[in-house]
Amino acid sequence: MNTRVESAATAAWPAAAQNQAAPAANAGARELRLWQIAGLALPLVVFAVLEVVVRADLVPRNLLPAPSEVFQSLWDLADGDLWRHIGASGARVLAGFGIGAALAIVVGAAVGLSRRLEALLEPSFQALRAIPSLAWVPLLLLWLGIDEAPKITLIAIGAFFPVYLNLVSGIHNVDRKLIELSEVYRLGRVEQVRRILLPAALPQLFTGLRSGLSLAWMFMVAAELIAASKGLGYLLTDGRETSRPDLVLVAILVLAILGKFSDALLKRLEDRWLAWRDTLATRA
Amino acid sequence: MAAQINIRVQDKRFGDKQVLSQIALDIAPGEVVSLLGPSGCGKSTLLRIAAGLDTDYRGSLLLDTRPVAEAPLGAVGVVFQEPRLLPWLSVADNVAFASGKAAANVARVAALLDEVGLRDAGPLLPKQLSGGMAQRVAIARALYTQPRVMLLDEPFSAVDAFTRMRLQDLLLNVAAHHGTTLVVVTHDIDEALYLSDRIVVMGAAPGRILADLRIAQARPRDRRDAQLALLRAEILDTLDAAHAL
Repeated sequence: MNTRVESAATAAWPAAAQNQAAPAANAGARELRLWQIAGLALPLVVFAVLEVVVRADLVPRNLLPAPSEVFQSLWDLADGDLWRHIGASGARVLAGFGIGAALAIVVGAAVGLSRRLEALLEPSFQALRAIPSLAWVPLLLLWLGIDEAPKITLIAIGAFFPVYLNLVSGIHNVDRKLIELSEVYRLGRVEQVRRILLPAALPQLFTGLRSGLSLAWMFMVAAELIAASKGLGYLLTDGRETSRPDLVLVAILVLAILGKFSDALLKRLEDRWLAWRDTLATRA
Repeated sequence: MAAQINIRVQDKRFGDKQVLSQIALDIAPGEVVSLLGPSGCGKSTLLRIAAGLDTDYRGSLLLDTRPVAEAPLGAVGVVFQEPRLLPWLSVADNVAFASGKAAANVARVAALLDEVGLRDAGPLLPKQLSGGMAQRVAIARALYTQPRVMLLDEPFSAVDAFTRMRLQDLLLNVAAHHGTTLVVVTHDIDEALYLSDRIVVMGAAPGRILADLRIAQARPRDRRDAQLALLRAEILDTLDAAHAL
């Protein structure tokens, strides 16, 4: 009899546990949803507070324009020069990041895969990496003039190192057990690289590409602050020189949007190519 | 009958430490042989030598009376302790890994997956599999090249006891079906008794063969068999006498 009672009890248990767990999980999800909505609303609340503060003349308008004025300036600019600035900056980032990342992938793969090349090139790259990239600016201006070339070069330098470093460490960190698998199947060097090393290093390459891209935007601003006649960096300088904080804020806003947008593009590519990863972020 | 695998390892060292000494092992076609011993007895090293993964030793390795380097690719299949599936390939592509650039033999992949009880798992990614399922895929992958010999390094030590028993049956079935010779490294006496035609008991420091026992019991075996229990005691005595326990 005893066993029957026990089995009845164990049969009853899971059902009871489920019934209690399900509503709890739902409530948890609902609560999290509220926090997510609050997260999206937070900037709006900040804007509203700023609007009130500025309109009540609690801070001088020549330092901090009301959010409504900033959006008005954005609207006005969108009718005129804004697209020209975005186009100029975007093209520079695209070119600089493209060149820097492509070089980094070639050099990083070579250094990651060849101990000899690593021995040959690593010390120099370590030294170059230690130079704060902005220190290149005067030299680039001297060598390349003030046209597009120095800007794109600077952006390329900025994008190069994160991509390069991540790819090299990605290749170096490939699981030895997978290498052994390629020995079991007697893969040649090329096949081993193509079928084991590069796919295994891809997640870290993407980490590098994404931080390289955000550095590319940063160096684009730096380059345009120094010398440019168009672009978002120029808009920043222009706003400062003409005492128009609304222009500065418009440029910052647009930079934020563009940075987020381009990163989201890379993120989508990453999610698609790396759907196989078994990580916290990709769990089903 | 000529041995299918003929292993002679006079001396194998890691640095100054001798890990294998005077190993002579002949394995007949279709035989199921377990290498049993405590950790550190060099059984995995011996398996790696047999797999051709370690060539830094004094001795010789013949497969079908010819040096193993001359054996065709895929003549020896290897299953490791972990599945070692490539996470970016689907289950089907993992099974067909050996085909490389050549088109995969889709029919063979399907047949193998069916055989290991994963008929519909082909399109899944490894991350969607349980440990036991992943190890089945690893077995299917090792069988894809239609190997004469399959070497398994503690293949079921990472799965739970019930899954292990099922996988042992599965392994025996596929090996019998394909006529594959099995060499299984294990530290589980019961596993060795259940699987093997022969148990090669190894001792440590340096790794050497202590005993070579034949298990005549017909399959499928009963894990509670009294004869097997006696053999179990004999193996324990052997290990005890060699101070391996």
